[in-house]
Amino acid sequence: MTLYADHDLGTPAPAQDAPPLTLEIDGVSVTVPQGTSVMRAAALAGIDVPKLCATDSLDAFGSCRLCLVEVEGGRGTPASCTTPCADGMKVNTRTDKVDKLRQSVMELYLSDHPTDCQTCSPTGGCELQDLATTVGLPDMRYGLEGINHLNLPVDDSNPYFTFDPTSCISCSRCVRACGEIQGTFALTIEGRGFDSKVSASAGETFLESECVSCGACVAACPTSALQENSVIELGLPTRTVKTTCAYCGVGCSFNAELQGDELIRMVPDKTGGANEGHACVKGRFAYGYASHEDRQLNPMIRERITDDWQVVDWDTAINYVAQKMKTIQTEHGVGAIGGITSSRTTNEEVYVVQKMVRAAFGNNNVDTCARVCHSPTGYGLKQTFGESAGTQDFRSVAKADAIVVIGANPTDGHPVFASRMKRRLREGAQLVVIDPRRIDLVRSPHIEAAYHLPLAPGTNVAMVNALAHVVVTEGLVDRAFVDARCEDFDGWAEFISSPEHSPEVAQEVTGVPAEDIRAAARLYATAENGAIYYGLGVTEHSQGSTMVMGMANLAMATGNIGREGVGVNPLRGQNNVQGSCDMGSFPHELPGYRHVSDDAVREVFEKLWGTRITPTPGLRIPNMFDSALDGSFRGLYVQGEDIAQSDPNTSHVYASLKSLDLLVVQDLFLNETAQLAHVFLPGTSFLEKDGTFTNAERRINRVRPVMAPATGKHEWQIPCDIAQAMGYDMSYDDPSQIMDEIATLTPTFKGVSFARLDALGSVQWPCNDEAPEGTPTMHVEDFTRGKGRFMVTTFVPTTERATRKFPLILTTGRILSQYNVGAQTRRTPNVMWHAEDILEIHASDAEMRGIHDGDEVTITSRTGETVLRAVISDRMPPGVVYTTFHYPLSGANVVTTDNSDWATNCPEYKVTAVQVTVGTGLHDTDVELAARAAR
Amino acid sequence: MITAPALRLAGDILAQFRHLPDDQAVDTVANHIRMFWDPRMRAQLLELATSAGADCDPLVSRVVTSLGD
Ligand code: SF4
Ligand code: SF4
Ligand code: SF4
Ligand code: FES
Repeated sequence: MTLYADHDLGTPAPAQDAPPLTLEIDGVSVTVPQGTSVMRAAALAGIDVPKLCATDSLDAFGSCRLCLVEVEGGRGTPASCTTPCADGMKVNTRTDKVDKLRQSVMELYLSDHPTDCQTCSPTGGCELQDLATTVGLPDMRYGLEGINHLNLPVDDSNPYFTFDPTSCISCSRCVRACGEIQGTFALTIEGRGFDSKVSASAGETFLESECVSCGACVAACPTSALQENSVIELGLPTRTVKTTCAYCGVGCSFNAELQGDELIRMVPDKTGGANEGHACVKGRFAYGYASHEDRQLNPMIRERITDDWQVVDWDTAINYVAQKMKTIQTEHGVGAIGGITSSRTTNEEVYVVQKMVRAAFGNNNVDTCARVCHSPTGYGLKQTFGESAGTQDFRSVAKADAIVVIGANPTDGHPVFASRMKRRLREGAQLVVIDPRRIDLVRSPHIEAAYHLPLAPGTNVAMVNALAHVVVTEGLVDRAFVDARCEDFDGWAEFISSPEHSPEVAQEVTGVPAEDIRAAARLYATAENGAIYYGLGVTEHSQGSTMVMGMANLAMATGNIGREGVGVNPLRGQNNVQGSCDMGSFPHELPGYRHVSDDAVREVFEKLWGTRITPTPGLRIPNMFDSALDGSFRGLYVQGEDIAQSDPNTSHVYASLKSLDLLVVQDLFLNETAQLAHVFLPGTSFLEKDGTFTNAERRINRVRPVMAPATGKHEWQIPCDIAQAMGYDMSYDDPSQIMDEIATLTPTFKGVSFARLDALGSVQWPCNDEAPEGTPTMHVEDFTRGKGRFMVTTFVPTTERATRKFPLILTTGRILSQYNVGAQTRRTPNVMWHAEDILEIHASDAEMRGIHDGDEVTITSRTGETVLRAVISDRMPPGVVYTTFHYPLSGANVVTTDNSDWATNCPEYKVTAVQVTVGTGLHDTDVELAARAAR
Repeated sequence: MITAPALRLAGDILAQFRHLPDDQAVDTVANHIRMFWDPRMRAQLLELATSAGADCDPLVSRVVTSLGD
């Protein structure tokens, strides 16, 4: 349970649009929507009926019998949590009869419960203890003779919470939370009656079980039976600050609960638009990295990367950077320096970096790590719909009837959104998974995909074209929508109808049976609401942008755009990928996705910034690396990003970074990139940040500081200081002024301010005069660009193909407990779930190579080699191997190539031809040496 | 190690638009490059296309001419 819980109304709200009815509870008249429980209506009227098994995040269960009431003219004493309100009903919650009944129920619970309430960890936060007082048993000393559960062993296997069965009252809230909210179904109540007890999976410990450590059960537990270890160790928090998770693109809202400056726990916020009270293991528990001993708190400089670091004060570091950058420009030209923004920092922090580059550096050499993940999303959706963002809010999935998941693994990458999706699937929505790997969603408790299309990596466009071919040639096009809302349909329809795009031809390329492709296309096209969700398995390909346009074509052709339950939805990796792109991080775009060549747009910025802006695009990250090697690019400022680990073809990246005259890294840790840096500027953790993050549904959430920056400087101040030292006047008193400037310059952000965010909780851009409270669903009446545009999407096979020398295709992904390059999660107990990256290989490929489960194997591509431990898996088809990239030592990117998306240069991470051999044959590469040094 | 990918990239872009009549394909690719490429990438493309001479894809050569760098 939560200390600062919002008022728990006992049962969930019924449908908003249900007709109203009026009843009387304890003489108070209450009007509620039909379908409201008596318990909820009472709570809304300020009358809290005692309850144990009910909580408003779960459907009513009716097991504890504490919430009994009397209804005038009715029989017996019904449970108020399961009794729906009726018009004219008269309810009494406090009669002698129900008081007595409650007392005896309570006595029964307490007879099997420990008596150490005064020393128990949640003192002041236990519903059972509070209820004992409410029902009139405050000093009860309970008979402990006879049979009880007081000697059952404690399960402390999970690093973040403990299960103490002696405090369990078998209310089943945890079991229901795990099923209804999280969708994992890891818990059961074993046994019956007095013998019943909570059990994880088949009598295993929590750690061994299916449990994914989301913490929903801990939040739901009314006693201390399931309790955060931090509360057991440190006691209950004393203050709370509303903020936003700093991990993935779901952007969950949390109440950070603290004692002084010490974070005790993160409690997901029920009013959070993205998560509505749920969270995952990363956001809820894995925050320990923020105070990890590896964190650097002081600026440091060194002349050469072989020198030792020298700790300096901020002024020295800032001036060093400014002088060096200026010198480089004097000697090698204005375009010889640039910066990279981070998707892990706030909108305000990103904005000032791109402004520093454009205004103080005087060029457009700014790019963002989104280059290597979702840049094709920006390009593809802009070309077709006119806006570089997903079309829906997360809530929309609750109205989808057919859900197509392409190249994404939501249960691991976007777990809280996955829980929403799984809930809808359990309600009966149909699922199509298009992914080379059999991800968990394909078959998990109470969920089974109607179709899994395990296509060969690199054949996405052939697949989406085949799906569209079926839609067009089988007469499944929504003509009314297309005629009214779209353009360029006829040319596209002619292209897509050609037999070369038929599923039968695609079968040869993708390896997926034509019949399955046809059936999946029909399922999507004929559903009332068809929704597409996709991830990096779409974008990180040589035709990433083409595939995004292909999905947009499919959605337009079937009329699945512009209302709830439909849409084309990117699942963004890092928390602020959307925001960093919105803030003008790309070298060709100013904030709000406006091209630098647009004179009118530039003029607006030039006027406010008081400087000239270059009208030609600057360097993208891969161009920066290439230009570093040819000597025309020599100074780079990297904000919170580990490009040496996250970018492809590591040896190329290392060579490029090593050739720079000045590499400035701003980060929490001395990461892999910092090993090659001349200046290290310490960054702030999300607990110190003050600003906003924008999640994958365009929702702008506030990040509020719970403590002062441990480094003595806010991160947004650093680029301002550097700009200032380089002679460009750039300063703000606080980050709300930065957001005000963004709102002035960016039409889609016109209505955004810290004050509005504080008042509304969050808003989804566009937020302007037409939509002062934001826009949950886009393209409702018209597309942002007017008409939705069909784009011809020719399938061009990647040049990266299996050969005799490299006969396997390596593809990459992520895992629930770890995040991105792992800099944060590796520094938390999350390593208990994933201590190293492993290579999944099909049994037939393994056998052919003499590889056994657990063997160390060498993976070689045309760019490099690395060593991983092999795990035999049938999740991928033969010929495809799979790994994650959370650990520097495994160096998955050592083997990835420099192939990239034709439109955006997003690297083709998902397709690398490799050979796998048993044993280690690794040579000392730069990467290995640097990784060793980092350790 | 490929340190000068401009020519390959131009070819990759062109491959997406081969379905168009030549003139339109050249315009589309040239326009894409204008919108997204840093001037030094364009200079690199010019240099590589020139040194490739007759080996350069004729449509890429036309793109380079149309960029007028
Ligand atoms: S932590 Fe989450 S997954 Fe694990 S048992 Fe609790 S609710 Fe289920
Ligand atoms: S562990 Fe907590 S939530 Fe689960 S049954 Fe026991 S008391 Fe209820
Ligand atoms: S789903 Fe994403 S945003 Fe939500 S708690 Fe987990 S990591 Fe954080
Ligand atoms: S709260 Fe109603 S029966 Fe438990």
